[in-house]
Amino acid sequence: MFEIFGIPSQALFGQLLIGLINGSFYALLSLGLAVIFGMLNIINFTHGAQYMLGAFIAFFLLHYAGLNYWAALVIAPIVVGLTGILVERVLLQWLYKLDHLYGLLLTFGLALIIEGVFRNFFGSSGLPYRVPDSLQGGQNLGFMFLPNYRAWVIVLSLIVCFATWYLIERTRLGAYLRAATENPTLVRAFGINVPRMITLTYGFGVGLAALAGVMAAPIYNVSPQMGADLIIVVFAVVVIGGMGSIMGAIVTGFGLGIIEGLTKVFFPEASNTVIFVIMAIVLLIRPAGLFGRRT
Amino acid sequence: MSAMLDPRMPLLSVADLEAWYGESHILHGVTFDVYPGEVVTLLGRNGAGKTTTLKSIMGIVGRRKGSVRFEGAETIGLPSNAIARLGVAFCPEERGIFASLNVEENLLLPPQVKSGGLTVEQVFELFPNLRERLGSSQGTKLSGGEQQMLAIGRILRTGARLLLLDEPTEGLAPVIIQQIGKTIRALKEKGFTILLVEQNFRFASTVADRYYIMEHGCVVHRFANSELDANLEKLHEYLGV
Repeated sequence: MFEIFGIPSQALFGQLLIGLINGSFYALLSLGLAVIFGMLNIINFTHGAQYMLGAFIAFFLLHYAGLNYWAALVIAPIVVGLTGILVERVLLQWLYKLDHLYGLLLTFGLALIIEGVFRNFFGSSGLPYRVPDSLQGGQNLGFMFLPNYRAWVIVLSLIVCFATWYLIERTRLGAYLRAATENPTLVRAFGINVPRMITLTYGFGVGLAALAGVMAAPIYNVSPQMGADLIIVVFAVVVIGGMGSIMGAIVTGFGLGIIEGLTKVFFPEASNTVIFVIMAIVLLIRPAGLFGRRT
Repeated sequence: MSAMLDPRMPLLSVADLEAWYGESHILHGVTFDVYPGEVVTLLGRNGAGKTTTLKSIMGIVGRRKGSVRFEGAETIGLPSNAIARLGVAFCPEERGIFASLNVEENLLLPPQVKSGGLTVEQVFELFPNLRERLGSSQGTKLSGGEQQMLAIGRILRTGARLLLLDEPTEGLAPVIIQQIGKTIRALKEKGFTILLVEQNFRFASTVADRYYIMEHGCVVHRFANSELDANLEKLHEYLGV
């Protein structure tokens, strides 16, 4: 045990770890929002509810089907992704040519409905979800104790984030996505089925939210408002990073998680507001966000 | 594939084509044919409906009516991605180079829809400048001429046999225009069929086999390149040049 700036190392690194964990979820969720906004021009307020759905599906799979965490990690994103595809086909596709406000209101309403239904059946106290056996315990690093599950969440989040970045910025499919974001009419006239690509993009984005939900289940309780608590901060992250920027979402997500964690150590009173203060400053200086392409 | 093309049958047959942008009725019954291996030019003043005709063939205007047959098959009810898959490729007037893609990604973006397209190497033979620019970061950082070459080059790879080129010479220097003209003649030799929209009649006369003159959303006159001299007066009247 030693001290840094008069703070015990345990406390400092403990908060840094919490910051990284929160940052992992900020990054995963804002990444999905950025991908969806880029392609669909829709600010997906249902994202928090879809994250919550991911966690609940993991809970259901464990308690009603006997399927463990690892199965949930695969099944929940697929199931939620499919519901997303349904939502896009039935509702969202009619809104692309309208003002952002319509998409925002529709997805916000959907989130309220989904969260209300779950609160009706499961209350708001939250249900426990056990850390999988293979990730129990932790490592003593000397200056701090690192639980295995938390290390796993950080690593998996980094892998998923950078795999998504690679897919969009470095592959042929990603080139279609970027081009269709710029000029969907022309990309379609090249023979690419852009409407189907848009549908699958929404499915992929909300699948990412569900994946984050499964990852969060053993850390936070599985509760109907778990997404609503998080999504406000995530929207601030997206605004700071710049709407529609993939790398911006990832870097800002992790960065703000860490800043939030450090604020808890050095000035705890500000820890709940620091992200919004940063958002206000960024909006004043760079209205398009730190990584925003459009100004 | 050229075996199934009967040179006496039009590759593209447009009949009574009408098109709307929102409430405005732009095309009022356009009728013309393009035969395999031809270079056909649509001439006309600004606002005559030339670009809208190309876009209607490609299926990217709001609403259209009438008939557009490609290789004998009706395409009027198809979405643009399905029309492209039949072997029709479009090079828009504004060129449509993507800013978020580098030069190579722009060049390789349009998917192959048929066999028999040019290889990337053959595209570079037509446009040597593009090879040098391949390392460039952003497609939109290229000069206007290079962007036009990129916009044409990328649709040659797809295997499309009918190319719709919308004012490929607009805003370009004379030496670049000459190179575009050379390219169009080379493409014709390779068996491409080209429907060209041009304001620059002098340029069109160096590449076109036949002309259709459009006015107020209709085709008002047609003639072959060999009848050019006899039609000059009429042409001046229609184009106001």
